[in-house]
Amino acid sequence: MWIYEKKLQYPVRVNKCDPNMAKFLIEQYGGADGELAAALRYMNQRYTVPDKVIGILNDIGTEEFAHLEMIATMVYKLTKDATAEQMKEAGLGGHYANHDKALFYHNAAGSPWTATYIQAKGDPIADLYEDIAAEEKARATYQWLINMTDDVDLIDSLSFLREREIVHSQRFREAVEILKADREQKKIF
Amino acid sequence: MYTVRKKYRPYISPFDPCKPMVIKTYETPPQLYLGFQPYNLPQFQPHEALRLGTLWPALYAPYTNPYEDCDRGDD
Repeated sequence: MWIYEKKLQYPVRVNKCDPNMAKFLIEQYGGADGELAAALRYMNQRYTVPDKVIGILNDIGTEEFAHLEMIATMVYKLTKDATAEQMKEAGLGGHYANHDKALFYHNAAGSPWTATYIQAKGDPIADLYEDIAAEEKARATYQWLINMTDDVDLIDSLSFLREREIVHSQRFREAVEILKADREQKKIF
Repeated sequence: MYTVRKKYRPYISPFDPCKPMVIKTYETPPQLYLGFQPYNLPQFQPHEALRLGTLWPALYAPYTNPYEDCDRGDD
């Protein structure tokens, strides 16, 4: 169960009318390394990892949903006032034909989100290593998105999200260390 | 000096179709080096931490567009 706080984790301001950027941002919404994939991956894996690291997956998975909302807000703001013609010019003609201005879980190239983006191997090390890789890939996506815009307000929000990926990666790396450690075992020399 | 952005010089062919990027970069943020986070590291002030996305200066690694100061062949 969750308690929903009706505000964004970090403010989202968009300064520049640039519907084309929405097309790229959607990568982080419904792409393989996007926030939806991250949230669902961790929320699902958390059942079958050792007790000591369930909380890390639970908390980070929850935060990914908060990030998903931020990306959604960016995409919405960038497209809500675009005409059909502007959507077309922004490379969103295909999206518009199918969805009007509605958001949809697909990547920047229009491929719909699929569960094959995520994995649950049941082996805690394999799963945590996947999670670390997912965080690094999301961090990289944020870098490429930052490189594609000069909207300082958008960059500000994207930079926040990128920094969170760094922290999440660090925590998953620590989770691996927790599982590697044999602190509870009594060693007799 | 430690930096979170590493640089390298890729091979440049005399037959490359586009003006070469002489220096390529990639990011190596602090989580790659920290290991298990030690206790009692310095912290940002709460309001600052909320803005930056981390409580820990040791994990703070801001990013800028590397193409903005990228080298295009006159190096």
